[in-house]
Amino acid sequence: MNMHFKQIKFVAAIALSSLLLLAAASEVAAQTPPVTLTKPTSAEKASNPDGFIQRWLVLEPIAANGLTDSAVQSLIKKEYFPNQLTVIPRDGDELTVGGTELTWHAVDTVNYNVNLFHFARAQGKKTSDVLFWAVTVINCPREMRDVRLSIGSNAASVWWVNGTEVIGIYGDRQTVIDDGVSKRLTLNKGPNVVRAAIVNGGGATDFCARFLDAEDKPLKEITVSLGEVRAMPSPAKTRRQP
Amino acid sequence: MKKILVTAIFMLVAAVFIRDSLVFAIDGEIRIHDPSTVIFCDGKYYTYGTGGTSLVSDDGWTWRRGVPLPRRGLAPDVIHIGDRYLLYIAANSGPTKADINLLTNKTLDPNSPDYKWEEGGVVASSDGIEDCNAIDPGVFLDPTTRRLWLTYGSYFGYIRLVELDPKTGKRLDPNEKPHNIAINSEASIMIYHDGWYYLLVTHGSCCRGADSGYNIRAGRAKNVTGPFIDNMGVDMIQGGGKLFVGSSGRVIGPGHFGLFDLGDGVQRFSLHYEADLDKGGASVLDIRPLQWKDGWPVAGENLRAGTYQVESLRTGTALELAVEGFPVGGRPVRRGPPPGGGPPGTGGGIFAGTGKPIPPQDVAEVSTKWPAGNIDVRMGNYLCQAQQRWTIEPVTSAADAANPANPANPANPANPASPGGSLGAPYFKITIAGTNRTLAATEGGELVALPAFTGGPEQLWRFDQLADGSWRIMPKAIPNAKAPLVLSAVGSSFATLAKFDPMSEKQRWLLKTP
Repeated sequence: MNMHFKQIKFVAAIALSSLLLLAAASEVAAQTPPVTLTKPTSAEKASNPDGFIQRWLVLEPIAANGLTDSAVQSLIKKEYFPNQLTVIPRDGDELTVGGTELTWHAVDTVNYNVNLFHFARAQGKKTSDVLFWAVTVINCPREMRDVRLSIGSNAASVWWVNGTEVIGIYGDRQTVIDDGVSKRLTLNKGPNVVRAAIVNGGGATDFCARFLDAEDKPLKEITVSLGEVRAMPSPAKTRRQP
Repeated sequence: MKKILVTAIFMLVAAVFIRDSLVFAIDGEIRIHDPSTVIFCDGKYYTYGTGGTSLVSDDGWTWRRGVPLPRRGLAPDVIHIGDRYLLYIAANSGPTKADINLLTNKTLDPNSPDYKWEEGGVVASSDGIEDCNAIDPGVFLDPTTRRLWLTYGSYFGYIRLVELDPKTGKRLDPNEKPHNIAINSEASIMIYHDGWYYLLVTHGSCCRGADSGYNIRAGRAKNVTGPFIDNMGVDMIQGGGKLFVGSSGRVIGPGHFGLFDLGDGVQRFSLHYEADLDKGGASVLDIRPLQWKDGWPVAGENLRAGTYQVESLRTGTALELAVEGFPVGGRPVRRGPPPGGGPPGTGGGIFAGTGKPIPPQDVAEVSTKWPAGNIDVRMGNYLCQAQQRWTIEPVTSAADAANPANPANPANPANPASPGGSLGAPYFKITIAGTNRTLAATEGGELVALPAFTGGPEQLWRFDQLADGSWRIMPKAIPNAKAPLVLSAVGSSFATLAKFDPMSEKQRWLLKTP
């Protein structure tokens, strides 16, 4: 029995060492191409066949810790940059948070979800214990009543539509389609701003978002246009967090 | 002193047990024997029993004595076809010599100017010699063919089937020989479900109070004329019949099944118990949910008051207050080995546990961190936390049994102050266990937990058990709503109110004992 226990301890030690190495690698990741993300090349992008919004402006991650309701609410109430709940950034906009320069990036995802792990790793940024801000502007062909924002996120996230907080889901969770759903709301004819704060603890991190109509069917009539998209910054310009 | 304490603890435990065991049968004056299928007419529910008795209810929950029938025979049954109510009622003139008579009326409301029973003559009979006793009629309109059928009979011989003219209610062909479809039973009636005809009959002895062996059994056939075979392959013509419902708890001798289809897949059945021990052993009416399992009808039970985990069948997540949860027993910590040692190889650590049972979460303690006012409602993984445990209790007024029709009586559904009920069930309030936090519907069809129950109709909830045993949960009223909505899961983490879709699992809820 003792021998068996020693073997377990040995295997566990090896596994732990491997995990630590992997974790260290992910914390200061090499600039791996974001295989699921591309730079937008069109002025406007329709939602995918299932209604998912595939074009976003995402800010490079901010160090943050805590996934409980109160911890996340506390994180998002902290001011990281001016007008953080109203600003509509442009691709390539830069700002400083806690002495670290961060950049907004316009991205299209080839999937239903936006892989923030790919995003951060491509910038050589941390993927664990971080907060991501994401913004998009959707265009509605007409006023739409009784629709719901419907999201999934890894991990906790808080969402705003036209400046109103409409969803908060908390805890260490994986992205599940339609995990968090808002109460019924009205989308204006024309542009509407959707904003998210996603907090990751450790490991993979991503989110997905779409709107559901009054019958809980995906809204497919919306498009996204984020204005001018700048050229992808060269790897040399990518900043690392200290 | 110790004895007093032990006795007090026992009484407390007993009180909790009794409260959690309460099944809420219908209320008011419900004494009746051999009730007809409950039927709805002009805003009221009616049933008629042996001896011409009748019961009427405005909401299906609180009942009162109605106007007797002009014929005071045995075990009537009634159906609505076209602009007429067809009522069949039997009378014995000898041990097995009997006639089944037809009565028709344009309405069942005695206050209507159209209320007038008209005799339609004899539609079936037994001559006292043949192997049948023509009583206990059960009328059935085949939904697939619109043909009208009557089953009848008692223990003397066969249960028989004859075809009626749906335009008149009379025999379609008086010279056609009746079909023999079952034996050794009575109170027969037929229903149709998912391609099968089901014959429900009552076996056992009636009319012996708490010593009655009445029980309802069923067989099924692909043709309306049979053969009706039970779950073991026994033909009902040879005494077969799968048990549908027998005596249980404190109600003895269920008999005289009658289907009430509320639509959208929600079904109930009426019956009587030969003896309700809580009502002095009287024969009483009851209305219960009807479920279906593996192609057979199953008698559901009315909702019991108690504390539940309310779980969405669609998502598997549980309804909860939108507050930060706190792990039962505290956050996991690394511990030493439990007293006496843990399982081999475990030692201590976060998997070791405390070595003793963890008590339920103290809601009085954790709720101090909750907002004082309204709190949103959402869904989450069930973790046995205080904000996930809902106490569901009926909301009833103290009945004035001596004068139930008094408009000032709070038990009278016509009184706006009455909480009322629905067919076979009262309304319930839903509160977080150990608190007054009350689930309520809001304008716009959303949900909120109010700080306290104040009795408003948006705080009263109707529970309809569905065919699969799950529950549809519906507020009595929604502020400024145009149509009824039911509790619905939208996504994994959010609950709302939405139009009921019988084909979806979004509005099906499981009530689990935490």
